[in-house]
Amino acid sequence: MRRKINILDVSLRDGMHPLKHQLPANEMAKVAAQIDKIGVNVIEFGHGNGLAGSSFQYGFGASTDEEYIKAVTAVVHNTKLGVIILPGIGTRHELAVAREHGVSVARLCTQITECDIAEQHIRMANNMGFEAWAVLPCASALSVEETVKYAQMSESYGAKVVYLLDGGGYLLPEMVYERIQAMSRTLGVETGFHGHNNLQLAVANSKAAIEAGASHIDCCLRGMGAGAGNCPTEIFAAVCDRMGLDTGVDLYSAMDVAEQVIRPLLPKPIEFDKDSLMLGYAGVYSSFLLFAKRAAERYGVDARDVIKEMGKRVCTEGQENLCIECAYDLAMQKKKVHPGNEYMS
Amino acid sequence: MNKAKARVAIVGPGNIGTDLMYKVLKKSKILEMALMCGIYEDSPGLKRAKELGIDISSNGIDDLLGRSDIDIVFDATTANAHFKHAPLLEDAGFFSIDLTPAAVGPYCVPVVNLTENIDVPNVNLITCGGQATIPIIKAISRVTEVDYAEIVAVISSKSAGLGTRQSIDEFTETTALGIVEVGNAKKGKAIILLNPADPPMTMSNTIYLRVKEFNETEILNSVDRMVKDVQAYVPGYRLKMPPTYDGERIIVIVEVEGSGDYLPKYSGNLDIETSAAIAIAEKKAAHIIVEDNTGV
Repeated sequence: MRRKINILDVSLRDGMHPLKHQLPANEMAKVAAQIDKIGVNVIEFGHGNGLAGSSFQYGFGASTDEEYIKAVTAVVHNTKLGVIILPGIGTRHELAVAREHGVSVARLCTQITECDIAEQHIRMANNMGFEAWAVLPCASALSVEETVKYAQMSESYGAKVVYLLDGGGYLLPEMVYERIQAMSRTLGVETGFHGHNNLQLAVANSKAAIEAGASHIDCCLRGMGAGAGNCPTEIFAAVCDRMGLDTGVDLYSAMDVAEQVIRPLLPKPIEFDKDSLMLGYAGVYSSFLLFAKRAAERYGVDARDVIKEMGKRVCTEGQENLCIECAYDLAMQKKKVHPGNEYMS
Repeated sequence: MNKAKARVAIVGPGNIGTDLMYKVLKKSKILEMALMCGIYEDSPGLKRAKELGIDISSNGIDDLLGRSDIDIVFDATTANAHFKHAPLLEDAGFFSIDLTPAAVGPYCVPVVNLTENIDVPNVNLITCGGQATIPIIKAISRVTEVDYAEIVAVISSKSAGLGTRQSIDEFTETTALGIVEVGNAKKGKAIILLNPADPPMTMSNTIYLRVKEFNETEILNSVDRMVKDVQAYVPGYRLKMPPTYDGERIIVIVEVEGSGDYLPKYSGNLDIETSAAIAIAEKKAAHIIVEDNTGV
């Protein structure tokens, strides 16, 4: 029997970043119904920054959490559905709504070093009847020992799967391998990996993760995700097939949905540019990309400098406001903004 | 005999309680430390208080309830403990300042609504993010209608204690309520993030506001005045980025550096809570002293 690899498709969650969260609930449901046919293990959906992510900080969604939840749960019948929540942003109330409508996987996501703030929510999610999974993002790299320490803490709170999330697309394949191998050897639960493509390594890193023992991989159709995108579902399914692994994904269906359903949604193909390259180089969260560009333009500075500065200061998951702060500071340094007369203009 | 100082007790000798103690001892002319209460006799906080010559008690608030020489009680324990303490402290006639998220009494941000909260038995300090951002929201809502205010409080990982970490939901919910009730925005949202940078970052708060119309000069002046008023009791409170309109929203960034009384300077989030608590206590103390001296 071939080894099973579980693909969690995040096209309708991470993929909302390039769409600036502007896909309405009814459109999302149509896409979800198509993804339901391809054979992925879980479909994660909703605002790109998770439940309660709709805000000035991350961009307002075209629909509310509840509208997304109602629309998507009504049309997906074959695949498990999942939501993600960042403690400090979303609360028990949003989780309860998701559970009420039959969402079965809740992923609790915290900056890896701060994973203890999810203890409350992991327990809460398990009590509500979710499968609670922990997702541990880091924009740059934490040592192998520390990575394992936080993964173990997450397991102790009751997480059924523990993910390492390479938010900056910063890790190189051998770094992924070392960390996932150490996690897989130490944890009693399964491990997962979520890659970003800022250095064009999302597929290679996901492959390294499964070779190191991960059984769960996050993918997006056409690589549709934040920054330069994620590991493409259809490509990764093909790679796994070549490796003799079983993802359950029907390759032709995945390709067809990618071409016929996802491609027309995208304002432009997911591609790398100088700014997304900087994310991977400097270790900054992929979801910051459009916010860094916007702030850089507002303050007349180079987005690459804004991203570099954020990498230097060390950003935490969800800290999109740092883009404004860094762009403003850089502009002040360059004296392009004169205090007293340009604040409000 | 005329009374010159109000006597205070601190319940909960942890980081917050110890910082409060140092503020009372070092900075206040009208507050006097009477008692530090805890539950473990050998806790570092109680030991430290004892070394400084302060009365200590290790049976919770039991001893405190029998004391008639105390006027004001700071509760720096946990929400659950404060739910139990609040009615007992009230029955015993104390004025309680609640630094937990229990929110038994009304929300108080000294610079906004101190005067109306002096005659109640119990006031609550909302959250550190609330203390840092509600003044700015109020500064804008007093010159124009604020339809929506959203705050993002980023605090250093090292300054976030167990209490904060285990009750993140309470933080976001309580802060959002405070934004509406005290900040006077029609709708509120709060986000808290913990940043692991080392050396630790200073507490940073980004405030986004949706307003219909506004007069630029009025807003700038109102925010400037408010920042100066907060600085009167939180010296490390700074306007990092003055109100900036980007076509969609007004954005303001404020930083809070701690005063380093006991906690390190990066813990501005804790300092603004303890400083606000002291500001409330001093206002109450001034009333008590006047009442006592005039025999009212």
